[in-house]
Amino acid sequence: MHERLGASLTSFAGFSMPLRYTSETAEHLAVRRAAGLFDLSHMGEILVTGPDAGAALDYALVGNLSSLAPGRARYTMICAADGGVLDDLVVYRQGEGEFMVIANASNTATVYGELAARAEGHEVLVADATDEYALIAIQGPASAGILGPLTGLDLSAMKYYAGAFGDVAGRPAWVARTGYTGEDGFEIFCRPSDAEAVWEALMAAGAPAGLVPAGLAARDTLRLEAGMPLYGNELGPEVTPFEAGLGRVVKFDKPGDFVGRSALLARAAEGPRVVLAGLTMRSRRIPRHGYPVVADDADRVGTVTSGAPSPTLGVPIAMAYLEPGDHPGLAVDIRGQAAPADLTDLPFYRRST
Amino acid sequence: MSIPADLRYTPEHEWVSIEGTSASVGITEYAASQLGDVVFISMPAVGATVTAGEPCGEVESVKSVSDLYSPVDGEVIEVNADLESDPALVNAEPYAAWLFRVRVAGDAALPPDLLSAAEYEELTKSAG
Repeated sequence: MHERLGASLTSFAGFSMPLRYTSETAEHLAVRRAAGLFDLSHMGEILVTGPDAGAALDYALVGNLSSLAPGRARYTMICAADGGVLDDLVVYRQGEGEFMVIANASNTATVYGELAARAEGHEVLVADATDEYALIAIQGPASAGILGPLTGLDLSAMKYYAGAFGDVAGRPAWVARTGYTGEDGFEIFCRPSDAEAVWEALMAAGAPAGLVPAGLAARDTLRLEAGMPLYGNELGPEVTPFEAGLGRVVKFDKPGDFVGRSALLARAAEGPRVVLAGLTMRSRRIPRHGYPVVADDADRVGTVTSGAPSPTLGVPIAMAYLEPGDHPGLAVDIRGQAAPADLTDLPFYRRST
Repeated sequence: MSIPADLRYTPEHEWVSIEGTSASVGITEYAASQLGDVVFISMPAVGATVTAGEPCGEVESVKSVSDLYSPVDGEVIEVNADLESDPALVNAEPYAAWLFRVRVAGDAALPPDLLSAAEYEELTKSAG
């Protein structure tokens, strides 16, 4: 379908996904100003159901999922026993004993395997339901106005990080007010056979309001501006949530043990080994994943994890892991030339509410 | 995808247009669409000597950075200042948005391995 729309496709984790439809910059700005429509069907959906589902997830993940109210969502992580991040996740509690765990495409098999193994001894069923769901996200300030007339759900009553079963364009769906762009928006989980109808209904309803199809390239610059980490860039088995500045997702005070607890307690006590920082560039060359970050004396103090031209700010921005401490004269080594950079509080962009 | 018949091409997706001793160099529509939105172009300096087949600058897009190759030997006599403020012109009008101009010694100085439009089209097709 996307090829009909003129999309430039990219192969990602075994899926053929739209990288861009026209211009990633125009798609990015449409999401900030109006709305964009994303096909995220590559994301993994893992269902964890049964009377012990909350307790099983409390043990398997770093967050306190048993405390999550039905109809609400939470951002959390799954860590290895040594505290390294295996994936970052959004978990929806769809009912008392019904949770849906959203994993990154390339990690779905790992997350499913770990959840199944860690659920041993609990009265719970873990199922990889990725093939049963398409995921369409509508993101941007115009999203509620576009989606509202197409659903029986009362979107004005749906809070950020909440979700509900309902319908979109007459098709059954789980609709959640979540996203990865720094804007208001919704994620619609529907049957794959309904996805094209849902997509076309949203495009038809939204085009007059400025809705455009948007690809993975725009999604990446949107999440970077919003300071959101990406697995494989900011997150991976070599860092804990504390290095990523996301120690708040680790809930030591929840009941019972959880995988990674003792290693994470130690890391929390000793402090992170590197710190995730925002960089704003003073020139126009783009810092990219893996480029060295240097200080005044040309000493290497870190590594860029993600970098891109920021369509909203008009300058290149980056996230980087830096050694703790002050680093006067920060610069990114861009293919042999030091490009001066300024430390910037994350996120680079925060929507006005 | 347009490939004007009156231009010559490199395997690295530059186009070149020769008028007398002046060669204008740009990047093809195919290259621009593969790169995505071009956000910065590092040009050779006016007065610099460039060599056919050698890198002489960089094209940065949102997702990638690519070397810019000179299709010809000669001296850079002009760079397109419009691209400094609006590099996305390369995406909008790839065959109007020339990047730089080179003074070449004459027809004899043209490298024999530049591609015709038909040959370049063949190359983009085999690249998928």
